[in-house]
Amino acid sequence: MKQFNAEEVMGWLNSMQSELQAIAVPDDAFFMIGIRTGGVDVGRHLHKALGLAEPLGELNISFYRDDFSTVGLHPVVGPSQVPVSVDGRHIILVDDVLSTGRTVRAAMNEIFDFGRPSRITLATLVQRTGHELPIRADIVGHCVDIPDDHTVSLNGSKMTVSIGQKSQ
Amino acid sequence: MNKSDPQFNQFNKLHHFLSIDGLDKATLTNILDTAEGFTSVNDKSIKNVPLLRGKTVANLFFENSTRTRTAFELAAKRLSADILNIDLVSSSTKKGESLLDTLRVLEALQSDMFVVRHSDSGAANFIARHVSPTINIINGGDGQHAHPTQAMLDMFTIRRYKGSFDNLVVVIIGDIRHSRVARSGIGALVTLGVAQIRVVGPQTLMPADVESLGVVVYQDVNKALADADVVMGLRLQNERMTSATIPSTGEFFQVYGLTPERMKLAKPNAIVMHPGPTNRGVEIAASVADGKQSVILQQVTFGIAVRMAVMSIIMGHGEQVREAEANPA
Repeated sequence: MKQFNAEEVMGWLNSMQSELQAIAVPDDAFFMIGIRTGGVDVGRHLHKALGLAEPLGELNISFYRDDFSTVGLHPVVGPSQVPVSVDGRHIILVDDVLSTGRTVRAAMNEIFDFGRPSRITLATLVQRTGHELPIRADIVGHCVDIPDDHTVSLNGSKMTVSIGQKSQ
Repeated sequence: MNKSDPQFNQFNKLHHFLSIDGLDKATLTNILDTAEGFTSVNDKSIKNVPLLRGKTVANLFFENSTRTRTAFELAAKRLSADILNIDLVSSSTKKGESLLDTLRVLEALQSDMFVVRHSDSGAANFIARHVSPTINIINGGDGQHAHPTQAMLDMFTIRRYKGSFDNLVVVIIGDIRHSRVARSGIGALVTLGVAQIRVVGPQTLMPADVESLGVVVYQDVNKALADADVVMGLRLQNERMTSATIPSTGEFFQVYGLTPERMKLAKPNAIVMHPGPTNRGVEIAASVADGKQSVILQQVTFGIAVRMAVMSIIMGHGEQVREAEANPA
């Protein structure tokens, strides 16, 4: 079990913020969308740090997952909230952990049901090994190389990250 | 199939949705929470979600009902399922084909779910017992027995407007005896724990053992409405109007009709519900049906999300059942 405290996690968030500022273009404000629930926690920090005017969008991807017929519906964590049009916008899609890439695929499918963004940049607090799809984050807070039976989890209220073996 | 409760499969997962009876509070709450998630599909420019892509839902309507059929059809389409509307009122069942023959044909057409509407009580249960175990059944109303998705959309509407079920006084007015909507609604309200359910209507339209359902019977509609939070009207069915169970529709309206004057007896923020279609001037005054407190049209809209929730919850374990069927232990 490895723990990263709030200070370390804040360092990752700061570097993500700098990278986002570096790709920001005047007159083309980002529209930030977090994937529930961990991506919303990370998104909230970045959204505040960047001082974005529009509210943070929130995606609940339960209805877009590809494992529905095997494991059924995941617990529904509140409806998606995308308060402004995504058409022609530069979306910053935020998640806490990128592993297989299936969540991001589902999230992109859902975003395209809201409209046609001009660009999507993927920002993730932790990018871990174990990807199953050709999806990589553009902006990463921290990279870890861990076996498949390990899991990375974010504590959204304390903003700490722990890595350990999956409890079966 | 689970021997003790036909709604659950061998893995103890909700597999059919036939009745509110036998479902606990957690199951009902999960349906309401899931439906809450589906309400946001209306915000998208593409209002479909891909959950049931590649699945086929067959609407088996042995009894006419345009609004219920349309609501199920739209719910299935929003979930990206293919939908077959089979009008059994005027089809081969009339030509002498038995119900079981019809079911075999629909199974052979590779349907994954049947929504069943029938004038006989117990029809959906009968079909659930006789179909292939991989097929899910939803009861879209059977005789005088149950109409569980209507009950759930009523519960969803109540929760949306009242926040929770505790402390609520709910009044149900009219033909309780013949109403599957009332029967299922009472079951759900009891399970979700409202403070009091009052029923009021002519003695001839009141079931004999109605108190055993957990309701309080009132003779006087004015007393029943006192301090009510939720007022539910029921459709007085045409066949009852011509039979001897009520004196006349005019008299029914005079004694039990939901008028603006009577609504003043309920709490000022009380909501008025009705499963539709409404008989204006019989069970409800037009000014109440169209009034500020009426949530009748919202019920219709919420019905889509609620039916999407039920469909996706019961179809979510298809792979597990198919595997068990293919590899019997």
